[in-house]
Amino acid sequence: MPVHPHPLLAPEANEGYGRLRGAFEEAAKRIEESGADLLVIYSTTWPSIIGHQMQADPNPVWNLVDHDFHDLGTMHYDFRIDADFAHAWRDAAEKRGLSARTVAYEGFPIDVGSVVALSLLNPGNRLPAAIVSSNVYANRAETTVLAKACMDAAKGRKIAVVAAMSLSNRMFTQRIDPKEDRIHSLKDDEWNRKILEFLGDGRLEDVGQLSRTIHNQIRVQKVVAFKPMWFLSAMNDHRNDLTGEVLAYEALHGAGGAVVHLDPASNGKGDKEYDEENVEVFGGDRGVLDAVDDGGDQPEHRPDVGHTGPALWDPVERDDAVNSEAAPKPVGAYPHARRVGDMLYLSGVGPRQPGTNRIPGGPIHDEAGAPLDYDIRAQTHAVVANVERVLKEAGGRLEDIVDVTTFLVDMERDFGGYNEVWAETLGKVGPTRTTLAIRSLPTPIAVEMKVIAHLPQ
Amino acid sequence: MGGGRIVAGCLAPHPPHLVYAENPPQNAPSSEGGWEQLRWGYDRLRASLAEVEHDVLVLLSPHWQTYVGTHLLGLPHFEGLSVDPIFPNLFRYTYDMKVDVDLAAAIHDEAAAAGLDVHMMTNPEFRVDYGTITTAHLTDPAWSKPLVVISSNRSRHYYSVEVMQEMMAELGKATRRAIEASGKRAVVLASNSLSHRHFTAEPEVPEDMSHEHITSHAMHLWDMRIIDHMVGGRAQRLLDEMPEFTEQAIAETDGGGLTWLMHTLGVPSYPAVLHGYGTVIGTGNAVVEWPAWKHEEAVA
Ligand SMILES: [Fe+2]
Repeated sequence: MPVHPHPLLAPEANEGYGRLRGAFEEAAKRIEESGADLLVIYSTTWPSIIGHQMQADPNPVWNLVDHDFHDLGTMHYDFRIDADFAHAWRDAAEKRGLSARTVAYEGFPIDVGSVVALSLLNPGNRLPAAIVSSNVYANRAETTVLAKACMDAAKGRKIAVVAAMSLSNRMFTQRIDPKEDRIHSLKDDEWNRKILEFLGDGRLEDVGQLSRTIHNQIRVQKVVAFKPMWFLSAMNDHRNDLTGEVLAYEALHGAGGAVVHLDPASNGKGDKEYDEENVEVFGGDRGVLDAVDDGGDQPEHRPDVGHTGPALWDPVERDDAVNSEAAPKPVGAYPHARRVGDMLYLSGVGPRQPGTNRIPGGPIHDEAGAPLDYDIRAQTHAVVANVERVLKEAGGRLEDIVDVTTFLVDMERDFGGYNEVWAETLGKVGPTRTTLAIRSLPTPIAVEMKVIAHLPQ
Repeated sequence: MGGGRIVAGCLAPHPPHLVYAENPPQNAPSSEGGWEQLRWGYDRLRASLAEVEHDVLVLLSPHWQTYVGTHLLGLPHFEGLSVDPIFPNLFRYTYDMKVDVDLAAAIHDEAAAAGLDVHMMTNPEFRVDYGTITTAHLTDPAWSKPLVVISSNRSRHYYSVEVMQEMMAELGKATRRAIEASGKRAVVLASNSLSHRHFTAEPEVPEDMSHEHITSHAMHLWDMRIIDHMVGGRAQRLLDEMPEFTEQAIAETDGGGLTWLMHTLGVPSYPAVLHGYGTVIGTGNAVVEWPAWKHEEAVA
């Protein structure tokens, strides 16, 4: 649903505003008939910086005047908010790694989009309601986890979820006669119609995946990103087979405003085509402040993963095996290295630290599989140090290495950093080298080396 | 009339944290202080402004964001409760403000004559934005002077920093002409911070200063470079670098305040006075004054 005040304050000023008003009323009726017992609003006109905010004032009352359209009059509101749900949502969000907080302050400025939504979709405060902000720094993972936390808190309640947002949001930069209102440009109109065709077909997840493209094409940049489709899609299990219907599409001072009903009932067509990682827990950049406490944001301070990774084995013993107390324990039944004549063949060596099993530079994902930021340089340095330990055990040195095969789990991200460390270490010694990208390694590490050395007599 | 003039121009940022730290009676939450570097900066600014008589404060705030032209408060009096939507835990301030509607209308007319789309805001239920309230409080805690409040047109986001600068240059010159014609002595205030990347988490005790620092070294370097232009009297250079600074430091200069301020002052070549610099939840903030009265006396 659109966020402009016109359908609420001036439905008679333009036939399009009137049709939007009618569509709001139709949507309100359908919400009532759906048997929903909670109305959740994700609003793009409520930006936040400290995580996501949930409205928790049980009875917010105010007279709201729009910053631009103050001449249309005042929006008087008196809402019923489900404060218990807001608290439960916040708790669930925090459990999933998000930063979140509730706000319950007299006179808190509820945003225009939420006020239009609650006034027109929930007349008489029929349903208990919840409003959540749109974090200006949030990415898709964070927004998806926010939706999952909402479902956690809902505990089986039936939610009608509303995205308060414009389609194209470029307005005319001067006052216009409302009768002359139209979509700002043909390009904006064409994109809006494409989005509505998708939504009319119930292809919600497709619109979610196009979100960034849409934002770049028809959105005025900055705070009001095209994020609500991520939220809506996550609330609907990333499906593409909803039953969609566009109830109205009109211009609002040049911006594109549509009321669309997406019924979760399957339309029998389309398929779930969700190929992004279905993230359950947010592991993003929210530790900024903690970094001060634990002595800088060195990834070395990440928790050990030894307890949750694969079981550790003692290196296999045999006559020609070379095993080192100073090297990390194998994750299977094999020795650290084997000597054949002058040649030393090493098993794959990663960055794990002997004894603690800690990963310098940090693991690449947490226990739940949520990706973490890690330092490929630190990991590569640690691999070289581990290789050196095994060589030393056999009476050798780095200089004896003749051939290395390196495996990286993310060539695009990590090749540069790995290559730098290589140049500083093994590059100076000069073994032949082959670098491969692979899908994963048995522990949450980003780099492993397979080494062959020729030992001095 | 004629004979009016701008006695000083100021970069006067509006972190609500500074008001929160000060515990004024108008603000509901209470604190144990914090952000002293910046608050001392404001002390020095107030002491400096006390030396020069002035009749009115003219302020442009990036938190009255308008897309449809530029707006000015158009009623003589506004009062109410200002709650920061992002930091409601810190800022819930009861305000009572006088507006110099005559000067606002004069700026409106000059700007309209220059081809800008301008509007007077005359809805008495309008809530004045928290950027305006914060800057006005920090500059004049007794609320002794009437204000002219100008909205921040979002042309930077609709078009580019360059278009924003062109519009703000016109608005700045129109503001200056209107003040000169009014016979009034005005202090002009740009209410914005410099580098504007926030931390996305808040410490348990918001005023715990052990957590307060710039978000990145790059942001620090940008802030210092911009301040260096200010105190070096290089306003034109500052304007020339504004597109790069605004984009790379995600600076709050995107709201046009600093560009507008430079043009109200006729793009000054005299040095500005740096009263203070500090970070607020990672963003860079400087309190800076261009004491026009000391440099333009001869012209006035
Ligand atoms: Fe601000």
